Amino acid sequence: MQWETVTGLEVHVQLATRSKIFSGASTAFGAEPNTQACAVDLGLPGVLPVLNEQAVAMAVQFGLAVHADIPEVSVFDRKNYFYPDLPKGYQTSQMYHPIVGAGEVEITLDDGTTKRIRIHHAHLEEDAGKSLHEDFHGMTGIDLNRAGTPLLEIVSEPDMRNAKEAAAYLKAIHSIVTYLGISDGNMAEGSMRCDVNVSVRPKGQEAFGTRAEIKNVNSFRFVERAIAFEVERQIELIEDGGKVVQETRLFDPERDETRSMRTKEEANDYRYFPCPDLLPVVLDQAYLEHLRSQLPELPADKRARFQAALGLSAYDASVLSASREMAEFFEEVHRVCGDAKQAANWVQGELAGALNRENLSITNSPVSARQLGELISRVLDDTISGKAAKDVFQALWNGQGESADEVIETKGLKQVTDSGAIEAMIDQVIAESPAQVAQYRDSEPEKRGKMIGYFVGQVMKASRGTANPQQVNGLLKEKLDALL
Amino acid sequence: MHDKTVTQLAAALKSGEFSSRELTSHFLQRIEQADGTLNSFITVTAEQALNQADVADQARAAGNAGTLAGIPLALKDIFCTHGVKTSCGSKMLDNFIAPYDATVVEKLSAAGTISLGKTNMDEFAMGSSNENSYFGAVKNPWDLSAVPGGSSGGSAAAVAAGLVPAAMGTDTGGSIRQPAAFCGITGLKPTYGRVSRYGIIAYASSLDQAGPMARSAEDCAHLLNVIAGHDVRDSTSVARGVPDYTETLNAPLSGLKIGLPKEYFGDGLDPEVEKAVREAVKVYESLGATVREVSLPHTHYAIPAYYVIAPAEASSNLSRYDGVRFGHRCDAPADLIDLYTRSRAEGFGEEVKRRILIGTHTLSEGFFDAYYTKAQKVRRLIRQDFLDAFEDVDVLMGPASPTPAFDLGAKKDPVSMYLQDIYTIAVNLAGIPGISVPAGFAGGRPIGLQILGTHFAEAQLLNVAHQFQQATDWHLKLPAFAEENA
Repeated sequence: MQWETVTGLEVHVQLATRSKIFSGASTAFGAEPNTQACAVDLGLPGVLPVLNEQAVAMAVQFGLAVHADIPEVSVFDRKNYFYPDLPKGYQTSQMYHPIVGAGEVEITLDDGTTKRIRIHHAHLEEDAGKSLHEDFHGMTGIDLNRAGTPLLEIVSEPDMRNAKEAAAYLKAIHSIVTYLGISDGNMAEGSMRCDVNVSVRPKGQEAFGTRAEIKNVNSFRFVERAIAFEVERQIELIEDGGKVVQETRLFDPERDETRSMRTKEEANDYRYFPCPDLLPVVLDQAYLEHLRSQLPELPADKRARFQAALGLSAYDASVLSASREMAEFFEEVHRVCGDAKQAANWVQGELAGALNRENLSITNSPVSARQLGELISRVLDDTISGKAAKDVFQALWNGQGESADEVIETKGLKQVTDSGAIEAMIDQVIAESPAQVAQYRDSEPEKRGKMIGYFVGQVMKASRGTANPQQVNGLLKEKLDALL
Repeated sequence: MHDKTVTQLAAALKSGEFSSRELTSHFLQRIEQADGTLNSFITVTAEQALNQADVADQARAAGNAGTLAGIPLALKDIFCTHGVKTSCGSKMLDNFIAPYDATVVEKLSAAGTISLGKTNMDEFAMGSSNENSYFGAVKNPWDLSAVPGGSSGGSAAAVAAGLVPAAMGTDTGGSIRQPAAFCGITGLKPTYGRVSRYGIIAYASSLDQAGPMARSAEDCAHLLNVIAGHDVRDSTSVARGVPDYTETLNAPLSGLKIGLPKEYFGDGLDPEVEKAVREAVKVYESLGATVREVSLPHTHYAIPAYYVIAPAEASSNLSRYDGVRFGHRCDAPADLIDLYTRSRAEGFGEEVKRRILIGTHTLSEGFFDAYYTKAQKVRRLIRQDFLDAFEDVDVLMGPASPTPAFDLGAKKDPVSMYLQDIYTIAVNLAGIPGISVPAGFAGGRPIGLQILGTHFAEAQLLNVAHQFQQATDWHLKLPAFAEENA
């Protein structure tokens, strides 16, 4: 039987607010345990939450970026359950009236085609603390620094039909939140986490199969692997006459498998009810318009503009708009050198290669966008040859100079364009290569074009690469043809 | 000194008749002598109080003492007080030293008042007799065999016995007004949102409100001046200007329209209480007020709605007492579930457990709409009843409680205890202010007249109550206990 995968994602994005969603404590990552938890985060008797306006603004900006309905009123609810790293015994979340309603994002697949994925809603909530099981001699340590960090939970519709689409969706969300600057998107530090709902159904069938929810899927790669494993497990189960049970499963990246955590029957009854300590959030139209006016250009718009206005290919436009940092770098290179195609080639070629080799992100590039732009300009205005440009790039990468011009100057890489000097070198090469000249002269005219390469090489060698290759070519042809 | 009102004591301090240290020592001595019998305090902070008194005296000498500087007060043990045990009447928090001050406490300190200590209360403010305290029942100074009411029973008893001139209470379903009535003092529950809840240990967050308990309405006005106002730390506190509540106390009452809700004079109302309330209303008529009967048709749904909403919120609010970070933790827990279950089983009393169970049940899947959602609808109807009534009348009057204080141990059945709050509980559901003022006695036990106003009508309530106290002297009566134990 042919099977179809149905998957939907719940993405938790830590919002990059300076303080927590309901308290003034810092949200900075990596501090000593329990040094960034105030009375409110600890859930001390008598404390009350106060909503962080910045978290609201960020959630709304996300909503606007995915063309979502933003309801006028949203409400915080309490999700009640006991856990040692949940200080109040409930998580303040939004169950019935989330801040962001239905929206959609466009994903780009490997073959360059796009697909729209619907977003069901996104809601604000507070993160819990962390339970630490190591180094406590069989006891559990609790670190409440993370407790109260604002999260935006983005819930998609089950619109993805394979693991690749799910990964592409996660990348699209990542790209939107980092473009907006509402999250650092750092998955390794848990700034973006993901639960994946997976079911399978016979191809052509309308009704969904029973789904499993996979928790703890915290990288683009793991999303693909977890779905691939889970799909295979479910298909095998059904084909062997079994039934998929609705349950929560955990992805184990070490073993590359999912394991059952709890079934539906064991699930908590969270006893959601409206939090009486917080007023409903009421957003007026003027506030939405103010936030809308502050939205940066988003990845989809940027991609379209790169193609339409800059003439880049769909592939180049997609790669260069994938992250805000990449796009900003490219745009600066382009601004400085004025040639989009060259800028795109250098950013994706020489620069991307070097970054990959040293495992650096573009924000940590030793060669700045301005340096690269100026370097390209020097190729475009014939100051240096393309070959010399690679040497200049390497020198800048190694920190041997502040600018392309400085490197060109100190290394003497400036192209020789003085035709007198080039002619002198050509005359010398012709004089020293009587055999090749004779061969050139005796060849059929259509083969001479190829043979000229030898002379060009010799002249370039004599100039230590600084002679302008086009000029050398032209002058050589004139002089050799004069000998016929 | 102990038979004087806050207003009188403030004047005496101002004129230099005595110092705050003398005044504070006097009340500390009275507590020392009498509270072994009453049990109205859980914690007495004598040393801290005397230090604060010295600071107040110095401020007065330097010429920068406010109206209430140097006045001793007591705080219900539900207000978090920095460095002082804040137990909420529970074994669960017997070991809890609050690391911060509630906003009300901060404001009272900033006004230069002195805290003598923390008063006894029903555990987590759940109760109407103060018999649900881990620290033992409180006795009513008017009759030691009677309860003082609850949940702010310690505050009411301490003021009535002259152990402190005034005290702070909280009122979720009547917990200021009913004990004030039982102990013959004046107690004001402000509009929900008028006073910050920050630092007040939550029972039912959408109903809890702090207020003053004192000998007179005038005293309550002075205290409300200090504690009222918006607090950025409490999102449910209202950003609305605070008038000087003492300025309008003497406004004449001619033309005041009083409504008597017929539902507040029905079955179950003690005839002597009814008689006292009707006589009080006659006093108002003599002051120029007009009286008419009104109806609050949803009154009989108030107790059922309250006992869905309050326990639901409580079940969630009390989840933080899990033995992990603070409060009672059981000995040698075998595992996490054992830690939770035994810590909570040992730390909470019967009534608290009952309400947590009720609330957990009503919020659970499949019951939520039938209970919680329905109760919220009823709550809106009850609120609308009051708003409709206030279209026709300025204030409502009735009894604060169907009976005078009952005997200690008399009410074993929880539902008969819940019915005690029949006249007070709807007021919290509607969020409006209410005040209880002394209006007579039955069998030597005080009777309280309850006056209700619309949202933020505190100034009017205090004016109406004050005018009654200018015309009567019920509020000036002291129990024999107060004199015998001087």
